[in-house]
Amino acid sequence: MGLIDIARSKSPWILHFDAGACNGCDIELLACLTPVYDVERFGIINIGNPKHADVLLVTGTVNKRSARVLRNLYDQMPEPKAVVAIGACALSGGVFHQCYNILGGVDSVLPVDVYVPGCAPKPEAIIEGVVMALGKMQEREHARKRGAA
Amino acid sequence: MAQRTVIPFGPQHPVLPEPIQLKLTLKDEIVEEALPHIGYVHRGVEKAAERMDYTQNVFLVERICGICSFIHALCYCQGLERLMGLEVPRRAAYLRVIWSELHRLQSHHLWLGLYADAFGFESLFMEFWRSREMLMDIFEKTAGSRVIISACCIGGVRRDISDQHLQETLETLKMLEAAFDKSSEVMLNDYTVKKRTVGKGILPADKAILLGAAGPVLRASGVEQDARQTGFAAYDELRVEPVVETAGDCYARAKVRIRECRQSLDLVRRAIAGLPDTDIAVRPKGRPNGRTISRVEQPRGELLYFLAANGTQKLDRLRVRTPTFANVAPLVHMLPGCEVADVPVIVLSIDPCISCTER
Repeated sequence: MGLIDIARSKSPWILHFDAGACNGCDIELLACLTPVYDVERFGIINIGNPKHADVLLVTGTVNKRSARVLRNLYDQMPEPKAVVAIGACALSGGVFHQCYNILGGVDSVLPVDVYVPGCAPKPEAIIEGVVMALGKMQEREHARKRGAA
Repeated sequence: MAQRTVIPFGPQHPVLPEPIQLKLTLKDEIVEEALPHIGYVHRGVEKAAERMDYTQNVFLVERICGICSFIHALCYCQGLERLMGLEVPRRAAYLRVIWSELHRLQSHHLWLGLYADAFGFESLFMEFWRSREMLMDIFEKTAGSRVIISACCIGGVRRDISDQHLQETLETLKMLEAAFDKSSEVMLNDYTVKKRTVGKGILPADKAILLGAAGPVLRASGVEQDARQTGFAAYDELRVEPVVETAGDCYARAKVRIRECRQSLDLVRRAIAGLPDTDIAVRPKGRPNGRTISRVEQPRGELLYFLAANGTQKLDRLRVRTPTFANVAPLVHMLPGCEVADVPVIVLSIDPCISCTER
């Protein structure tokens, strides 16, 4: 594993996008950054710029209008990257699954690596989701390198 | 040479936890026009409410907004109770006030933190959010969940708060108040904070009324209006005086919310002290029929539900009017003339809740 890979896996920067949530998951996600949970001690920083981000955290159902923005953000992120879907809505559409404006869960638009269930999931669960996504990201990177060698 | 530029603010912006887009037309550094574009979190809750059972709808309307979910459920249940002729037991009404006010406290703490973050005061953001966790612990203790507590049901509340939990709540509130005293002092008196907020985004009282502003935005412009004065739940016994400021700028809006936090602390204590010993819910009988309007005060302003029922299990129509929707028009009025660096502060000063607005 190269130096850059080590650095990446030790300090993943996250990008949060609300694709149509009720705010419940969003505020739990923000709560992760605050003193009680404080993910910054693991080097995790919430960043507004997709070009700096390693992990994309998506909350909420994807609707017809936000799908394009979500896709756009994902495409701007550099490889290796991971997507974490947070909350029942991001998993399957949740309580809104049959609404007319809803495309479904995040996986209807993007490849999702980790699903964090709950309505809303607790901050501990979200942190675990990010950590799991890192593991998957590393695995994928190893596989890619093995394939190239 | 002044040049006009159009800058998109959002839908994904570090200051905004939620997607809304403002197209800002700038002349050098000054905003000339702001045009909101919405629809990023529209889900179609109103239509879904027509498809679902009226009892299931309680869970649906709670998920209109995760920050004030209890108050949405309260507004819906209150309307249905009126249609079905249910008399809510007094203890349930008091418990509703306790949870509503805790939600208001939580929401205002959340906002004060985000607001501090908007002008770059990150440690103040952390301070407010640390105290907010105490409130989240109270929700978890009393209702079993941190965010969407599902405590309200048609005819009363789903669960009681035991005496021990009431005592613990009071203890926690004491700690919260001490922390709040410290952080609100900074928010109100710090030189830098005042530089960023005083005189920014002024909304005069006549404009506020004309544009239909709601909640703290309206009250910060000197208009005395609070839906809690209508006396829903137990507010008829626990009287509430609207918190009014007259300056109408960002500083006044923060001050209104800080004073409302103190009011909520007081209300929770009074409600716990006067908690009557009755049942917590009555069983709903029959099916709702007729039309009604239900009004409650959300942290962001007045929330209004219109319900049309037809005597079956499903509603004909559920219409929701949320305070942030009312506050978007005043926001578009506030922005022209300000500097582009002040846009995040002014946008946040209305406490935008986009998921409420778009549903």
